[in-house]
Formats: sequence, C-alpha cells, structure tokens
Amino acid sequence: MLACISDDIRKKAWRGFTGRKWQEDINVREFIQNNYTMYDGDESFLEQPTEATDYLWGKLQELQKEERAKGGVLECETEVVSSLTAYGPGYIDESKKELEQIVGLQTDKPLKRAFMPFGGIKMAEQAASTYGYQINPELHKIFTDYHKTHNQAVFDAYTPEMKRARHNHVITGLPDTYGRGRIVGDYRRVALYGLDYLIKMKEKDLFYCGGRNMSEEHIRLREEIAEQIRALHGMKKMAEIYGYDISEPAKTAKEAVQWLYFGYLAAIKTQNGAAMSVGRISTFLDIYINRDLQEGTLTESEAQELIDHLVLKFRMVKFARIPSYNELFSGDPVWVTLEMAGIGMDGRHMVTKTDYRFLHTLENMGPSPEPNLTVLYSPRLPESFKRYASYISVTTSSIQYENDCVMRPMWGDDYSICCCVSATQTGKEIQFFGARANLAKCLNYALNGGVDIKTREQVGPEIVRPVGEYLDYQDVRNKFNAMMSWLVELYVNTLNLIHYMHDKYYYEAAEMALIDTYTRRTFATGIAGFSHVVDSLSAIKYAKVKPIRDDDGLIVDYEVEGEFPRYGNDDERADEIAIWLLKAFMKKVREHHTYRNSEPTTSILTITSNVVYGKATGATPDGRKAGAPFAPGANPAYGAEKNGLLASLNSVAKLPYEYALDGISNTQTISPDALGHSQEERVENLWHILDGYFTKGAHHLNVNVFGVEKLKDCMEHPEKPEYANFTIRVSGYAVKFIDLTREQQLDVIARTEHKKL
Amino acid sequence: MLTGKIHSTESFGSVDGPGVRFIIFMQGCPMRCRYCHNADTWSAAKGEAFTAAELLDKAERYRDYWGEKGGITVSGGEPLLQIDFLLELFDEAKKRGINTCLDTSGQPFTRKEPYFTKFQKLCKLTDLFLVDIKHIDNEAHRALTGHGNENILDMLRYLSDINKPVWIRHVLVPGLTDDDAALKRMRAFLDTLQNTERVEVLPYHSFGAYKWDALGLDYSLKDTEPPTKERIENAKCILNGGRKQC
Repeated sequence: MLACISDDIRKKAWRGFTGRKWQEDINVREFIQNNYTMYDGDESFLEQPTEATDYLWGKLQELQKEERAKGGVLECETEVVSSLTAYGPGYIDESKKELEQIVGLQTDKPLKRAFMPFGGIKMAEQAASTYGYQINPELHKIFTDYHKTHNQAVFDAYTPEMKRARHNHVITGLPDTYGRGRIVGDYRRVALYGLDYLIKMKEKDLFYCGGRNMSEEHIRLREEIAEQIRALHGMKKMAEIYGYDISEPAKTAKEAVQWLYFGYLAAIKTQNGAAMSVGRISTFLDIYINRDLQEGTLTESEAQELIDHLVLKFRMVKFARIPSYNELFSGDPVWVTLEMAGIGMDGRHMVTKTDYRFLHTLENMGPSPEPNLTVLYSPRLPESFKRYASYISVTTSSIQYENDCVMRPMWGDDYSICCCVSATQTGKEIQFFGARANLAKCLNYALNGGVDIKTREQVGPEIVRPVGEYLDYQDVRNKFNAMMSWLVELYVNTLNLIHYMHDKYYYEAAEMALIDTYTRRTFATGIAGFSHVVDSLSAIKYAKVKPIRDDDGLIVDYEVEGEFPRYGNDDERADEIAIWLLKAFMKKVREHHTYRNSEPTTSILTITSNVVYGKATGATPDGRKAGAPFAPGANPAYGAEKNGLLASLNSVAKLPYEYALDGISNTQTISPDALGHSQEERVENLWHILDGYFTKGAHHLNVNVFGVEKLKDCMEHPEKPEYANFTIRVSGYAVKFIDLTREQQLDVIARTEHKKL
Repeated sequence: MLTGKIHSTESFGSVDGPGVRFIIFMQGCPMRCRYCHNADTWSAAKGEAFTAAELLDKAERYRDYWGEKGGITVSGGEPLLQIDFLLELFDEAKKRGINTCLDTSGQPFTRKEPYFTKFQKLCKLTDLFLVDIKHIDNEAHRALTGHGNENILDMLRYLSDINKPVWIRHVLVPGLTDDDAALKRMRAFLDTLQNTERVEVLPYHSFGAYKWDALGLDYSLKDTEPPTKERIENAKCILNGGRKQC
C-alpha cells in the first residue's frame, strides 16, 4: 500500500522547497529545518493593521464587551451537539465576511459556546444553566439513558478512597469533570500534506495494525485509528462548508494559514480540553510567507494581515465552563499556546520574521491573553529579537518565556507547549494531564494522623501523631515522607483510571489524527503548595514550631518562634529542602505503573488554582493562615522574598528541570520604576534578567511590568476603556485582569511586587 | 582582613548605575537629610560585618544577569565613611573583572591627607560615580542635611579634573529643592564640569517615612507630597541644560 502525493501536486504546492525525507513520510520537523529562513534584523519591517483588521478587531471588541455585560457568556448552544460538521459557516460579521482572510468559527456565531456533552452531560448542562440556558431535554435523555459520558464512567469506577481524597481536595483539579486537553495535533500537517495523504497514511497504519497479534492493545488502537480516519474525513467536510477543499497541500501562504487553522478548528469543535494549544507554528508558516513574498504574490502588509486574522480567531476560542472550573482557571482561559524562536539541533537559531509578526499582533490589536504567546528563549537568540520581545513584555505584559536550553535536550527542536508551560514533541507525543496533588495538605495530614482538619474526615492513613510541645524536624520529615507515599500512590491510580475512561468515552480523534499512530505518552502529575511545604519544613528545622491543638488533639494552627530561612532568598538552607521535595515526590511517582506505559513527569504549576487550593487547606507551619492562598506555581511564598528579584529567581532556578519535565512555573511582577528609568533601559534590563535566569538553568518565567497602583485602579474602575484589554500574566497563562474574581484580584495585588523603595 | 559594616544588600538594582546591578548598602551616614528614605542606615553603630570577598561572592551569584554593563553599586549610608574597606572591596572587584559604581553624597571628601591619597586610589578602582547634589546653595544644603556643600562641590571638581565619569542625581522635594533659581544655579555649576554623563532627577517619595517612626525620629516632611509631573519635567529640563528630555 503506497501513499504518495502526485508529481503534479508536488510541483504546485512544494515548489521551491528542499529536502527529501519529509516528502516521503510525515516529517514536518525535517521540512522546517530544510526550508526556514533565519532573521537577524529588527522590527522595522513590520506593518500596521489593515483597515479590514481594524474593522474586525473593533467588531470583536464590541462582542467581548457585550459578553462581559452578560456575565461572561454571550450565547450558549442548547440544541446542537458540537461536531466537525454540526454547523454551517460562521463569521465575525456576516455582512462583511469577505474581510476575513482566515475563516472558521466553533459554532455558527462568534463567541457562541458549543454544547459538548461527551466530557460529562451534567457539567455541560450546568455550564449552560449557570448562564440561563436550558439544554434540550431530548439531549439530556440521550446522554444519560443511551450514551455514557466520561464523567459518569470515572465515577462508576472510582474507589471510596479516591472519592474521599478528591472531596477533601488533597488531590485536586482532576480532569474528571472537564476535558483533559493538552493534546496538540500537528496542525501544520494539514497545510504541508493535505488531508488525502494524511488519510492514506493512517489507512496504511490501520492495515498493518494487529494483524498477527490481536491483543486488547491492538484492538483498541485499531478502533482509535478508524476514529482518526473518520475525523480526517470530517475535517475535509468542515472545510467544504467554508468553501475550501483541503484534500491537497496548501499552495500559498494564505492557504497554509487557513489549512492549518482548519486543523486546529477541528480540535476545538470536538474537544473542550482545559488547554487547547495550537503549538509551534510560527517558523513553519514563515516558510510559506517567505516564499510568497519572494514570488511577489504577497506584500508585507498582507502577510501581517494573515497573521493578525489568524490571531483574531485564536482570541475567539470559547468553551462553556462550570463555575467550579472557573474558580480553578479564572478568566476564561483556553491556552491557545503558540511558540516561537528557540534554537535548532544544528545550532542555528529559529527566529523568523513571522515570530516578529506574531508578537506584533499585540501592537496591532492591543494586549490579549490569547493566544498564549511563548518565546522559547535562549541567551543565544539574536539580540534584536530579545530586545523586541522584551519591549513587547514591557508594554503589554502578554508573553511568557521558556528556556529552550533545558527543553531542547529533552524534547528536540520541534516541541510545542501543550498547556501553559509543558513541552511535548509536536506530532510525536501526547500528554495525559493530571492536575496536582496538594502537598501542603499532605503535610498537614502527616501532622494530624491522616485527618483533614477542614472536614475532620480520616482521609489518609492513621499514622501516629507527633507528640511534645515543639515539632521535631526528623520526626516530621519521616511522617511527611510516609504520607506522601500514600498520596502519590492514590494520585497515580486515580489518574490511571481517569485517562482510561477519557480514552474510552472522550477520545481526541481529530487531534490524534494529526499525531503519529505510535505515539510517545507522558503522564503529567503536579504539585500544589510547594513553597509552603518548603518553608514549613525549614521553619521546623531552623526555628521552633509549636503546634496549637484543639480539644480533639488535632493541630489547628502553629506558632513559630525565631527566624528561619525561606525559599526565595537564594539561601541554600531553604533551597535544598525545595530540591529534596521535588526529587522525593518525583521518585515516588516513578515507583508506580502509569497508564498505557506512559512516562511519568511532574510540574510545579498551579494556574490561578492556588487561591482555591489554599482556601481548602488549613494553616501550615510556615505561618500561612488557614484558607490563605498558596503562592502560585513554583513561586516563593508571599512576603518571603527579602533579597530582591534576582535572589528569588536564583532560588527557583535551582530546581532541577529533569525532575519536573512538565514544567516549573514562575510569575514575577516588576514595577516599571524598578526596572529602569527609561523604556530603553527597562527593555535592556529585562532581557538581561532573562539571560541570567535561563543561563542558571531555570525553566519558565512570566513577566509582568506594571505597578500595583494600576492593578488597584483597575479593580476599582474596571469600566475604564484602557482596562478592557489590560492583560496580566498569571501562573502559566495570561488573563484580562477584569475577568478575575475579586478574590484572585486581591491575591495578585498582595503578591510580592519587586519594587525597590 | 578588613570588614565593612553593611546594612543590607539587594540582588536586583536597575536604577543605580548602568544595567542590572547588585547593590551594597553600607551602614553609617553623617548626613541627616530631611527626606532620607534610608534613615535606618544612619547609625554607624549598627550593621553586619562582611569581608570584601564575602560580599563579592554574594554579588557574583548574580553575575549571569549583569551582561556587559552591569556590576556592583555601593550605596548607603555613606560608603566614603568606610573608605579603607571600600578600597579593598573595589580592588578585589577589579581583580574579578566587575564593574564598580559608587553612590555617594561626597560629604566625607577632603583634600587633606591621608584621606586624599586614599580617595585618589579609590577613583582608579571606580568605574562610575553617582553623586547626589542635595542643594546647590550652601546654606540651604546645611538646613536640609546638617552639612554644607563646599567639599561636595570640590569633590565634583576634582572628579572633573581627573575626567572620571559621573552621574549627577538630584532628589526633587517640593518646596525644598525644586526652586527654579536654585536648579538653574546647579546647572550653571554643572556647566563647569567636563565629566557629567547624565543628570537624573529623582522625585521625592515618602516610602521611607515609616523607618523614621520605627527609629523614634520625627519625620518633618509628613505633609509634603511627591512632585507633580510638570515639576519633574521642569527640573529635568533645567538640569539637563535645556538639551535632553525637554
């Protein structure tokens, strides 16, 4: 069975492209490496938005305003189950649809949220009813009586212990009530190969799969490949609805952008995953844009318009979410994460003009949380690009940086960021997202014999409680270690169960169709409450911690006598506890079987869920009060940093990425006055900070440049026009500040601002 | 080995000299500026003792962030009070290839020996001086800080004579240091110098007032507001001789 693309099509679509391997297989990386053009110049070539862009963005802003006025949701579907072909075409403005260079909406109307019941019918209904919409009772009947959904299946199989741990939030944020997401289709394949070739290649895989050995594993895979092929056919039909035939490869830049977007649109029409990254598309698209520019069929202004319009679409991705989801991940994020820059395995940097064009969308259309623009940073990137990215950070606070130097050795030079900060090899790998274990609560269980102080339930094993007036470090560490072993086992088992059911009831056919059939899988666990455990152990070790017990003998609070070193001050005494904690957790995860022989990883990353997790957790020995928010991600605790920004960065940079391959998120806010006297100085100082931090081996940095006064003013006067798009970076993503809950706004304001007095 | 009395250090300084810098705040200051935001650095009796090597080891933990321009800035307090230690610190810094910046009021400066020889040596080890001119008028200076400014201006003349790069700084306090006539006089003085690379206007703020309270001192500027944007721009304009930032 030979799958190939005809000479005629090759000549038309692949004119001028070099390299051989990618033509005889599916290998986008090889295509990129053979054909991309490095750009070392500055941003002076960039063009202003076209009239069409201004019009469409203006229209979208009106819709966003209307959406906000309606409490966060413009409209919900109640009659139609979302699928690739459930809807006719939709446009930002039907009457001016010819202005849209790139077309395709999730539903028939802009910002209208689709009905997606496969993750869980209850949640889908609740999401609609929260905003005053009633799902058609027929659909309710279908998805309860006739068809099971993921959420139902998970709860069928949960053990009582799992339910207890979940209910008590010691494992938390689990993807059992929402789509797991984090699976990035290689959407570039649609543009490079066209769907007919991709279908043929999958048919070939199906043909050879399991013929000799029809094990359960092969049977499942055969069914999955068949689903993938069906999704590819569906994608073709979906494109036809918009008047495009995507069976053949893209021949122009405009087609490449459109084809790629159709691939992504297929994903967001069928999955409402927590994170729906689009991946590393910038360098790829640049090849097509560059070819058209050289052939004289495209102007720079038109090239920018294509990117602006693609980004407009990314700014419009919406899912219907339940309130508890919004508490975890505030501000309606979807993580359309998009990467640029990085260094290739051959040592050439991968910065292209299109990287500039993507960053420039933040100037052409103002700041925005989506897409989640991510610079794969290396001190070896061209200085002009570092300068421009820093400039965009200083002026918009809308981008994040991740260290290509620590990720490249692990994932090569064609990885995407599949969520907020986690790397995954594009088209070759998927990730099982596993939310996080609350280690601060685990420490409390260790000190209270497995009893949850909030609910008084016996959740963990009933180990012997510490005795005596003061806590003893070695005793506490032993108890904590034992409790963590219990927790990790339960956590991994719970995730195994969730992902089994997700594969079975909510399989990501459209995304998986654009990923190799024999894919590598990672199993992403996570840690919440990291800095509080570190500081607590440090307090017990270096100061005196006196537990306050209630009448039942349960510890409800702690008194700390004396000083102790805190994580976030470049102090080895505290930082070595941090390193120990990460390693100990990861080693325990590795002891267990992980679903589909996936490779276990972990993250120190919380999104905005640090507020909710903290709320559910009693006082901790570091002095954190019951219910107070955790520090987000791997950030040091609020108020702990006493030696300035760089000391804090040094502490975080010590955490070994090899033990947290799913990411170590750090969010820092720098007041403009503290970053430099002039804009020029601020920009220059910022990229030096990035150079230093990443030279030290750190993984990720969210950079905000604004003063606390602006946050306060925005909280009090959200109606001011200048705040409509005021974007800030939070743990692993960006969000419009006005879309945060008041609690989270206060948390952001309270967090350490590095401001020298 | 000498030790210096150190008030504190800051890993990230970006407004005290060029680039990203490690800031060392020395303990002890003879000046009693009414607007001082670091009143806790005044007393020479306090502070923690560090050797030059200890401080530089600490600073070098941040070397990766400095790039080509960054380095260390010694501030205070008044660093020139501990000139012997400063000589050792900067000597060692230069051996390690670190850019050195000295943030001083100039108050301890004198052409008398043995101080002057030490100062001359220090100049060789210092890449950039940040010098605060609190007030150009001697009497007003005395009223504001408790000391006259003759030796301070003399130090600036000396630095100009040896062509040592200097950034001049001036804290703008409404009603105290923002008078147009005085600003123009200061500019006239600056016009006599050869070595001024930059003039910075630092708007007064009251963030340090709580430290006065904590020390049991009476903060006399309780009712003083930070200068307006217009006054800041005005001062920048005058002090830059109508050339820059106007």
